[in-house]
Amino acid sequence: MASALQRRVALIAGRVAGEATRRLGRGGGTALPGLVAGRLAPDLVEALGRLAEHGAVTVTGTNGKTTTTHLLAAIAREAGMETLTNRSGSNLERGLVTTYVDAAGRDGVADGRGHLGLFEVDEAALPPLFPRLRPRVAVFLNLFRDQLDRYGEIDSVAEGWAAMIAAADWAPALVLNADDPSVALLAEGARGPVVTFGIDDEAAALPEAEHASDARFCVCGSRFQHARVFMGHVGHWRCPDCGRRRPRPDVAATRVLLGVDGSEVDVRIGEGAHALTVPTAGLYSVSNALAALATAVALGVPGDAAVRAVQQSGPAFGRQERFQVGGRRVRVWLAKNPAGLNEIVRALLASRGGSGEGEGREAPDLSLLAMLNDGIQDGQDVSWIYDADLERLEGRVASLVCAGDRAEDLALRLAVAGIEADVVERGTEVALDAALERTKAGEVLDIVATYTAMLEVRDLVAARAGQGAYWEVAP
Amino acid sequence: MTDGAGRVIRVLSLYDDVMNVYADRGNTLAVQRGAAALGLEADVLRVSLGEALPEAVNLVLIGGGQDREQRRIADELAAHGPRLREWAAEGVAMLAVCGGFQLFGRWYRDTAGRTLPGAGVFDVTSVAGGAGQPRCIGDVLVDSTLEGVGEVVGFENHGGRTYLGPAAQPFARVLYGSGNNGADGTEGAVHREAIGTYLHGSVLPKNPRLLRHLLAAAARHAGIEALPSVEGADGLMARAAERAHRAAVLVARRRGRPVAR
Ligand SMILES: [Zn+2]
Repeated sequence: MASALQRRVALIAGRVAGEATRRLGRGGGTALPGLVAGRLAPDLVEALGRLAEHGAVTVTGTNGKTTTTHLLAAIAREAGMETLTNRSGSNLERGLVTTYVDAAGRDGVADGRGHLGLFEVDEAALPPLFPRLRPRVAVFLNLFRDQLDRYGEIDSVAEGWAAMIAAADWAPALVLNADDPSVALLAEGARGPVVTFGIDDEAAALPEAEHASDARFCVCGSRFQHARVFMGHVGHWRCPDCGRRRPRPDVAATRVLLGVDGSEVDVRIGEGAHALTVPTAGLYSVSNALAALATAVALGVPGDAAVRAVQQSGPAFGRQERFQVGGRRVRVWLAKNPAGLNEIVRALLASRGGSGEGEGREAPDLSLLAMLNDGIQDGQDVSWIYDADLERLEGRVASLVCAGDRAEDLALRLAVAGIEADVVERGTEVALDAALERTKAGEVLDIVATYTAMLEVRDLVAARAGQGAYWEVAP
Repeated sequence: MTDGAGRVIRVLSLYDDVMNVYADRGNTLAVQRGAAALGLEADVLRVSLGEALPEAVNLVLIGGGQDREQRRIADELAAHGPRLREWAAEGVAMLAVCGGFQLFGRWYRDTAGRTLPGAGVFDVTSVAGGAGQPRCIGDVLVDSTLEGVGEVVGFENHGGRTYLGPAAQPFARVLYGSGNNGADGTEGAVHREAIGTYLHGSVLPKNPRLLRHLLAAAARHAGIEALPSVEGADGLMARAAERAHRAAVLVARRRGRPVAR
């Protein structure tokens, strides 16, 4: 175990490394400081878990980690706490250590008084980090297929979570999505209190199952049945054989009205009723907001304060961020996997006054810039785009530019859906110009991009809108 | 077993709610749109766990799954084996991908050491990767043994290694990537009009000559002989497919693991 002095030296070394990469213009330097400091003092993760006076919260799941963590930060501030949180996407061990480096001053000393630690953690990376961080509250959002070349099969991720919870020698509170069976069943091994969240409003369900809804099997071996499906395998589920079923959520959306840039939701917290305006579009945003409110319950933050905080927060980095560029509104959407892309498509269709379920009466009204990269962080295997229901966009696209390293693959996917790209262009700046040119003044350009493509295009858009690059803005 | 009435090809999609782990739906979508481009109608029938096979089909599709999913379907699929072998013998077109390819072989020994029976369409056997044996993951470029199909590009992600038996013909020779076992340079298997391959997901959309080959075989089995040229038909998908094929070939040449010679 490293001494306090060793840790200080490590944190200072990490900071120096980060400043050097930034000076060289090598991006935000969100990984290197953590790598350097972690090499010098291997127990910085443990120290980080202990640093915040109010304890640590981990947030994991396939989709919604960054947004939920962002909402939780707003709730913590509303409750009078300071936050210690990792930057968007830096959710592996080195990203956590970088968080510590950033929190420590030039002298290598961090002050956790009055702070709550809020850490989004990669779903596959969580099991070994969990006993090291020893979170007070652990939030589990959902489990979808994501980049099989990186994560492997879903069941093995869920089993890793269950084993990690069973092995805990402290009593973390679990915040669980009641609508996702892979997550809700974690309650069976809980060591501490459990708070569940879910969507009760059956009218928010899909008319039919989506393709990405792979069959899910219960621990008893039977196949789950769904009375309602909200997205993929998420919905009102039960096992026909062993009696396991969706629990009644402690925090529930009893009525959902999806809107253009956000949703109006009636929320039940315990037995109290609240009216909530979710500040970003899509049913998945509602689910993220419920997760944040359920975490507030676990933390003992009053419902009114939590609802107020969620309502007043804007979008998280690159997640439905909105910009004004040359008289056009530009929205940036991050798409990482079929389930997430399906939700974005639903939100896009709903955001132009259509029903979102393609009843064939809507006119082509979407201006899109779609970007597909195939880096390690995006997933090198781009075939996942075939699992998203892009067919729903047919007849609704007014202009389409396909871009990114795999622009041609994306254009083909959309051609299979019957949608022709106006421009296929790998270069980000040229593609952005082409997309803006095809968006009418006063209208919206929606940019849907995989992770590294999003970072690149979001920087360009922000610069043109007069905002800084992402490592200069608060996480 | 021909059905000359109309220009319909009957497509059987097997266990696609269980064996669909690698975007195998792309192949079904490509068959539907590609058939339309040739003036055919693809009538897709889905058969999953506990359901019976139809009387007659012209094209069979099955996708990939991992050990757990393979265990769920193996016994049932093996029970369908005689019918599937009969169909293959009479020239029904088939595309079995990844885990589906393994289970269309004689048997598959999974990670737990259990031997799962196969449908026996191909004279191949497969063994799950052992401890310390890396998964075969990455871009693949192969040269097909089928006439007029040429280079086929895709992505592979499999732990199992497949070995051809004496009666098996490879689907392709590996140029970049691992193929059946990373050792003998073969990829997939062919038996009459049935094709097995590890190239998953979007193999049909972005390999238009392979799609054409499979659709032509299915149409022939349905008693439809004359097909229009792809070029004149659905220009949108055909153009996009050519372009994506060329781009993906460049990616595989740049990033794929070259075969040791
Ligand atoms: Zn059960």
